[in-house]
Amino acid sequence: MNNIIKKFLPQILAILFVVLIFGFLTINAQTNMDNRGIDFGFGFLSQESSFDVQFSLIEYSGSDSYARAFLVGLLNTLLVSFISIIFCTILGVIIGVARLSSNYLIKNSAAWYVEFFRNIPLLLQIFFWYYAALRALPLPEKANAWFGVTYMTVKGYYIPAMVWENLNVFLYCGLAAIISIIVLRNYANNLRDTQGKQIPVLLYSIALLIILPLLSFLFGGVSLEFELPQLKKLSKISYIYEGGISLPPELIALVLALSLYTSTFVAECVRAGIEGVSKGQKEAAASVGLTPNQVLKLVIMPQALRIIIPPTTNQYLNLTKNSSLAAAIAYPDLVLVFAGTALMQTGKAIEIVSITMLTYLTISLTIAAIMNWYNKKIEIKEK
Amino acid sequence: MQTINFLKPNRDNIKNYSIIGSFLVLISLIDVISNAFLKTNLTSFLPGSLSSLFPLILGLIGLNMMRIDYSGNKTLDKLNKNINTNNFNAVLTLLILFSIIKALPPSLNWMILDANISGDTKDACTGTGACWTYIKVWFRRFMYGMYPNEFHWRINTAFILVIALGFVGYFMKENLKKYLALYYVIIYPVIAYLVIYYLISGGSFGLQWVETGAWGGLSLTFIVSFFCLIFCFPLGMIFALGRRSNLPAIKYISICYIEFWRGVPLITVLFMSSVMFPMFLPEDFFMDKLVRVIIAITLFEAAYCAEVIRGGLQSLPRGQYDAAKSLGMGYWKMHIFVILPQALKLVIPGIANTFLALVKDTPLIFVVGLAELAGMLALAKTNPKWLGFAMEGYIFASIIFWIICYAMSKYSYNLEAKYKTER
Repeated sequence: MNNIIKKFLPQILAILFVVLIFGFLTINAQTNMDNRGIDFGFGFLSQESSFDVQFSLIEYSGSDSYARAFLVGLLNTLLVSFISIIFCTILGVIIGVARLSSNYLIKNSAAWYVEFFRNIPLLLQIFFWYYAALRALPLPEKANAWFGVTYMTVKGYYIPAMVWENLNVFLYCGLAAIISIIVLRNYANNLRDTQGKQIPVLLYSIALLIILPLLSFLFGGVSLEFELPQLKKLSKISYIYEGGISLPPELIALVLALSLYTSTFVAECVRAGIEGVSKGQKEAAASVGLTPNQVLKLVIMPQALRIIIPPTTNQYLNLTKNSSLAAAIAYPDLVLVFAGTALMQTGKAIEIVSITMLTYLTISLTIAAIMNWYNKKIEIKEK
Repeated sequence: MQTINFLKPNRDNIKNYSIIGSFLVLISLIDVISNAFLKTNLTSFLPGSLSSLFPLILGLIGLNMMRIDYSGNKTLDKLNKNINTNNFNAVLTLLILFSIIKALPPSLNWMILDANISGDTKDACTGTGACWTYIKVWFRRFMYGMYPNEFHWRINTAFILVIALGFVGYFMKENLKKYLALYYVIIYPVIAYLVIYYLISGGSFGLQWVETGAWGGLSLTFIVSFFCLIFCFPLGMIFALGRRSNLPAIKYISICYIEFWRGVPLITVLFMSSVMFPMFLPEDFFMDKLVRVIIAITLFEAAYCAEVIRGGLQSLPRGQYDAAKSLGMGYWKMHIFVILPQALKLVIPGIANTFLALVKDTPLIFVVGLAELAGMLALAKTNPKWLGFAMEGYIFASIIFWIICYAMSKYSYNLEAKYKTER
């Protein structure tokens, strides 16, 4: 009896406490909304939004619904996160490896890079790039071409757009290449396990990845043209580039700040991972006669990646969440478009803030679930 | 067959080789330095691209001539081992040296030589460099926000008092030490709150009332992060214990809480505190914006704290729990006297890191209209009398935050090292 009370009383109390808090908040919200004449509901999502968004990946105008505005914001968030993740990974791996270099100067430069960018608040870095550094760029008419065809100006970065014909054929070819690479890998693994023969899979994979899409150009009727940005005079002193793709300065500032900031954390993960593989492993691998390349590929990397990947994914998640700082420099991400403009117009605070939070929560939990599954999969199974 | 290699030294001729090598490196460095500082190109007689590559090639040859496995000369061996192990490393070494030399003059010019600090209007800034006058004039605003100038001593006194009270633990008598945790967890926050409320807010003891809207600048950063830290720690401890509890209801409530806050970005939490939270409060119940923000950040940060503490709890060996139980200790006795003292010691570096993240996150309160340092910068930047000095402002703020955060991260490293050896 005593045991049962000990077991159930705290639980009942805890549940009661939570229920009471939620009840209290709900009742308050109910009375507040009644008093102000606001009704709760998600019907506003299908209404006309009647505001414009500066930068959008999909067709969007003021006559579209709030739901579409939400989608625009979400896609912009995912875009900036995706680009930043790529850059921060490249930078992070380079810096992480550089921190382990035997060269005193390289090691210390990398260490100072990490200390420098890690210890300045991300918001200040975004502000710095957006309000100070990017504002010092030249005006469109004075910009010099980078790589001949792209223009970095104070109004944004202009790059050539790709104009495809029969894009789907090209994509199918790419897909076919990927599938054949997977088949090839399985076959090679099988061959190695059963007969002990080695096939240079990487070489074949790269060849496949290049040749198959190339064939589509020759036989599939695929063609690719570049639309170059052209300088155009708007008025006497105002110029702009037309054609091509224009990346707004907000996006550039965000990508710069996010990737520089997060790369320091990725670098620390990479360093910890490589340091985490014990020296004995390397020596043992060398002593059974593996070449240095094989040691790296077959012994060090599989173990290091097991240590590196989970915290790095965590950093990617942080980056995605940090991309919400975009709202501070008016990059139209989920928070600005939906929790900012849409909320201001509809006044549906509870619904909109909940939807925004739930969206981020879904992204986080999905990635966390995938990570857990992955961790279970690669776990060393000890007997 | 003996391979002949002019550029490879051996132990007999290393002396000559190293002298020639260091001479070549010196020439390449002199070339780059004269290029950067004096704007003269010593190698202009060479054709275009070769002229710019010249120092690199020369330096590489020089370093190559100095490279030897073992020479007996201590300096040379150290140099070879650290920056000159192979050609690739030598190139990187030279490139880093060159880029440092190249970057020095423009940044020095901008930051110091061409900069202005005298005067107190925009007109004083005539040079092409930075305008530190702007920082000088706005310094008090950056530190104290819109807080009235004549009352700044109140903020200073309050901070000194709070810090002094924080150090009480160091000087406490031995027989009182067992109450230290009680002091830091319960008494200290209350006293700190009273000090800050009565001194900074004022309203009584003849002090004029200053509303929180006027608070700002770096002092607000400190206030927010201080309160969030002392409140999020006990809350995080409760949820960490809850997550490791055997009782399913408590466990799942804790998991939901932790995963929810960890899954959302702080900016949405702040939005929630500013637009959604008032809807959930009883009618005619007013809560100050600053208090709402502190509550929101505390709830948010408690989840991270909980995960750090859970890590500490998990890393304790099972034997500790078993031993405590076998002595007949109950759940609370076991945790208070055996588990938590050990676990908390383990997680101090982790907590320091959480606190570091918290300090770095505080500029975000700018988005809900509280003007701490980033907010004051935005305000100063748009002031019509001081347009065009965004760069100086952000560099100044970055330096301040960098110093704070760097000091804290170094401190947490030290703590980590200290507690590692004790176990």
